[in-house]
Amino acid sequence: MSTSKKTVINNNKKLTSKSKDPVSLILRILVWCAAALTIMILFVIIGYILYKGIPNLSLDLFDLEYNTQNVSLMPALINTVIMTILSITIAVPLGIFSAIYLTEYARRGSRLVKIVRITAETLSGIPSIIYGLFGLLFFVTTLHWGFSMLAGGFTLSIMILPLIMRTTEEALHAVPDSYREGSYGLGAGKMRTVFTIVLPSATPGILAGVILAIGRIVGETAALIYTSGTVADIPDSLLSSGRTLSVHMYALSSEGLFMDKAYATAVVLIILVILLNRISSYTAGKISKS
Amino acid sequence: MLKKKEQFMRLIFLFSACTSIIAVFLICIFLFANGIPAMSKIGVFNFLLGKNWKPSNALFGILPMILGSIYVTAGAILIGVPIGVLTAMYLSLFCPKKLYRLIKPAIELLAGIPSVVYGFFGLVVLVPFIRNYIGGNGSVMLTASILLGMMILPTIINVSESAIRAVPSNYYEGGRALGASHERSAFFVILPAAKSGVFASIVLGVGRAIGETMAVIMVAGNQARMPKGLLKGVRTLTANIVIEMGYAADLHREALIATAVVLFIFILIINLSFSLLNRKSI
Amino acid sequence: MEKFKITDLDLYYGTFKALIKVNLTIEANQITAFIGPSGCGKSTLLKSLNRMNDLIEGCRIDGNVLLDGEDIYGNIDVNLLRKRVGMVFQKPNPFPMSIYDNVAYGPRTHGIHSKIKLDEIVETSLRNAAIWDELKDRLKKSALGISGGQQQRLCIARALAVQPEVLLMDEPTSALDPISTSKIEDLISELKERYTIIIVTHNMQQAVRISDKTAFFLLGQVIEYDTTENIFSNPRQKETEDYITGRFG
Repeated sequence: MSTSKKTVINNNKKLTSKSKDPVSLILRILVWCAAALTIMILFVIIGYILYKGIPNLSLDLFDLEYNTQNVSLMPALINTVIMTILSITIAVPLGIFSAIYLTEYARRGSRLVKIVRITAETLSGIPSIIYGLFGLLFFVTTLHWGFSMLAGGFTLSIMILPLIMRTTEEALHAVPDSYREGSYGLGAGKMRTVFTIVLPSATPGILAGVILAIGRIVGETAALIYTSGTVADIPDSLLSSGRTLSVHMYALSSEGLFMDKAYATAVVLIILVILLNRISSYTAGKISKS
Repeated sequence: MLKKKEQFMRLIFLFSACTSIIAVFLICIFLFANGIPAMSKIGVFNFLLGKNWKPSNALFGILPMILGSIYVTAGAILIGVPIGVLTAMYLSLFCPKKLYRLIKPAIELLAGIPSVVYGFFGLVVLVPFIRNYIGGNGSVMLTASILLGMMILPTIINVSESAIRAVPSNYYEGGRALGASHERSAFFVILPAAKSGVFASIVLGVGRAIGETMAVIMVAGNQARMPKGLLKGVRTLTANIVIEMGYAADLHREALIATAVVLFIFILIINLSFSLLNRKSI
Repeated sequence: MEKFKITDLDLYYGTFKALIKVNLTIEANQITAFIGPSGCGKSTLLKSLNRMNDLIEGCRIDGNVLLDGEDIYGNIDVNLLRKRVGMVFQKPNPFPMSIYDNVAYGPRTHGIHSKIKLDEIVETSLRNAAIWDELKDRLKKSALGISGGQQQRLCIARALAVQPEVLLMDEPTSALDPISTSKIEDLISELKERYTIIIVTHNMQQAVRISDKTAFFLLGQVIEYDTTENIFSNPRQKETEDYITGRFG
């Protein structure tokens, strides 16, 4: 696998600049342009928002109180943190435990494993608005939680569950079997082996997945509008409504009254996401090195 | 004692593994239980093929939105797939290693940008651009397609790239041995060999595009009428739900949930074809 | 005194029969070597002595394995069995933790948590594995940072730390250089005073150098089982002779 990759890459290093026939030239130009365009899109989006937004960043944006004079993003930022903690607290144990079951306990190819795989795949393909609607029907209405952080948190935790499961499973698979054998060989039981040998070795991979999931939570809007609602204050309890930064961003830009604030909010959001993204690949990169 | 603890933890793990089954089950139950009755009240034909969505007149035809979703998605595919697949070709076969280490994270980042930020960018950059240089009022089908085309790029690129990389190197060497240039071998030998993976990436891109909500709402105009052209506003299934759910009641509300059922079924079909394609490529 | 008594042991992986009617008696405080070509079942038999085969799906067993007269496939605690019958693997497999924690892992597993006691166990185990002097100054360092030979002796120390009665060794030197190999062989010879040792080896010279008895395996069967001297100087079976003189395998 890895050797085949290498040959292809090495070949093109030596040979890309040589052929002169027009078809090859056109193909090469096409490929280069496409890649350049992709990168350009990223830079234009991020660059434009930073360019327009940074001058609008001001201290009063970070006031604790939101009102009509000052559409402070601070409450939304705090709500985002609460929402993240809530969803992560629910989804991470469930996701990790279920990955443990799939990799360490279940018989390979058992029917249950297949069903879990299929349903997890299905979950990861469902658009966030459907999650939002389900949250509205189930948590908000049927369970009578109302528009609340709790309803939003539970909705998001279902949404990120497949992501946590998949990354954890990959991380567990990457733990060499010799560690497990070594532990069993010393008379350790399954539980002890899993918790003291397998999980610690898989931690960086799991962490990278969790951070990726946090990125999803921070960026999510459609699943939250009708579950945690759009109240722009810090909630009194988990059963109160509160908007996260992304919902705040949507509200600002659809109202159209505070565009400069919307730019500034976008800057904060984008910086948050870039940061999370970098931390995640840094943690993931650490495992592939060791 | 220890045995009991082991058994207990095993049960906990087993239960956790079942949560995704329970979740899918609950989602299906709640969507269908709330949506199907509305469909039968409205009449399946009137609902799916009705050209008028006027909740105040009790007209609940979602054909405009179905077509809206399909058109916008098709546009996104037309824009996103060529760029995405070519970029994937570049990354897997043309890119120097050093540059790769810069570009790959950039594409991850593109995938990480929240859809409201895409939407906002569309609103403040694409909409005025289209209005001033191409026509219409800017919040039109074309804008939505372009924006969605950008948003599905990372999906297309990542899945296609791994499909292209999975092609055994002897295919490439075979091409080269016959005197084909690097580019020709890449496009006429490797790419065809990776085609089911590339198709899978397109299917996944369709899923992303059809399910995307916030970004589309912010740029598509959202008029609930039959799509009239590239430079006219359009409303998608997802937009229909978000825009009206806030104030809908009774049959109107149920009709919106039924809209979600239709979307959900689209997504299930797309997921199914994706996993079928994926199985084929392995 | 006999430690293991194996009678009529058949072992299947799914439909494949990996061991056929194995009958062996293994003496306490001796070194018994299992030799034979790859895939002959010697490692499989070794792993069935502490039920490591349980981890492999579709593995099934007929027949009896008695440890001190007790059926290890009967109603016993597998973890306790593995504590009594320790194992050292082909490739050194230290856990990704400190040297100290590696050795202390077993005792902690079996309920020893006192620091003083653990310190003592770690030191004796490392001494018994003849690696104390090399490692005593870096007990808190990662076990992955030491050489392959040291890692393997650390794994032996780790196995000794749970005070086993039997030590199973699955080609313990096949991944090591000659100098590390000879250190480990010396160690094994020393350990036999206190432990019953069963070693699987590809290296016939190694069997000659260290073992008291040797079993020769072919295609899942024990072809010949005798003192090492007899096996190598005058084998009774033709297959054994062919193998040890290098005519196949």
